Amino acid sequence: MNLENIVKALNLRVVSGEEKLTAEVLGGYVGDLLSDVMANSKEGDLWITRQIHQNIVAVASLKDHAGIILIQGCKPAADTLDKARKEGVPIMVTDMPGFEVIGRVYNMIATKKGPDPSP
Amino acid sequence: MAAWKGLTTNVLSHETAIYENSFPVEGGTYENAGHVSSQIKALLKRMKISKEVVRRAALVTYESEINICSYARSGKIVLRVTPEHVTIEAIDEGQGIVDIELAMQEGYSTATDRIREMGFGAGMGLCNIKNFSDFFRITSEIGKGTHLKMVIRIDKDFDGI
Ligand SMILES: Nc1ncnc2c1ncn2[C@@H]1O[C@H](COP(=O)(O)OP(=O)(O)OP(=O)(O)O)[C@@H](O)[C@H]1O
Ligand SMILES: [Mg+2]
Repeated sequence: MNLENIVKALNLRVVSGEEKLTAEVLGGYVGDLLSDVMANSKEGDLWITRQIHQNIVAVASLKDHAGIILIQGCKPAADTLDKARKEGVPIMVTDMPGFEVIGRVYNMIATKKGPDPSP
Repeated sequence: MAAWKGLTTNVLSHETAIYENSFPVEGGTYENAGHVSSQIKALLKRMKISKEVVRRAALVTYESEINICSYARSGKIVLRVTPEHVTIEAIDEGQGIVDIELAMQEGYSTATDRIREMGFGAGMGLCNIKNFSDFFRITSEIGKGTHLKMVIRIDKDFDGI
């Protein structure tokens, strides 16, 4: 399962790190507390959050996350976007609420399902 | 006041450093927060140190760096690598910690609303640092500053926390 499969299936908008969409997604982590994410998330995780501050880029890059999904219409701050582009950290945004995003990502990763067949 | 975990590290001074450097950290701003941690992570990676050790070193550096940004005027991170250990010290000039035992408790935080809004202030940082280090010591002097020392053993067989 790579990031691109998830981006397509959930119709996420990619705002940075387009070049890393082929990265393998090994799991997921959900959290808005940075110390919790630092301690408990794993390499290759897709991090789902509503934090938009630039520190999310440092956390995702230190933990080697596959990428970050910002839920419920949260938009990255300008300096977050700059930093994410510079460091090649994929940030995806969506208007979907967290519950739905997490459920769908979980299903895709748990079942290793490919992209939804196009109509 | 002080608190610590692990055995005394006197033995470390006899080990020859293969790398030693000091990185300044600015207090009172998050503008460059995480920068020193990224630098140290990249350096250790280049030294071909195991992923697990790099991951733990990056975590303890990050939490220390953020605490300096949040609670101190200024500070520095000192990195020392020997063939056996990675040693990271976080030394700051600032208000210091009144009650270290309390500060070490998970969930205890004096973070302001502004800090919490950014996702800090869970009161987990110091616990994380302790959990991810083989040796950890914290000392602090009120009105002067705080000194953290973390040692991570470079163990090729270590398979993670
Ligand atoms: N370098 C420091 N100087 C002064 N006080 C500190 C320092 N580091 C930590 N503290 C105090 O100890 C408390 C606990 O620190 P800790 O890092 O565990 O949690 P936090 O920073 O509040 O939240 P988190 O790290 O989870 O984002 C802080 O809220 C602060 O009061
Ligand atoms: Mg902290």
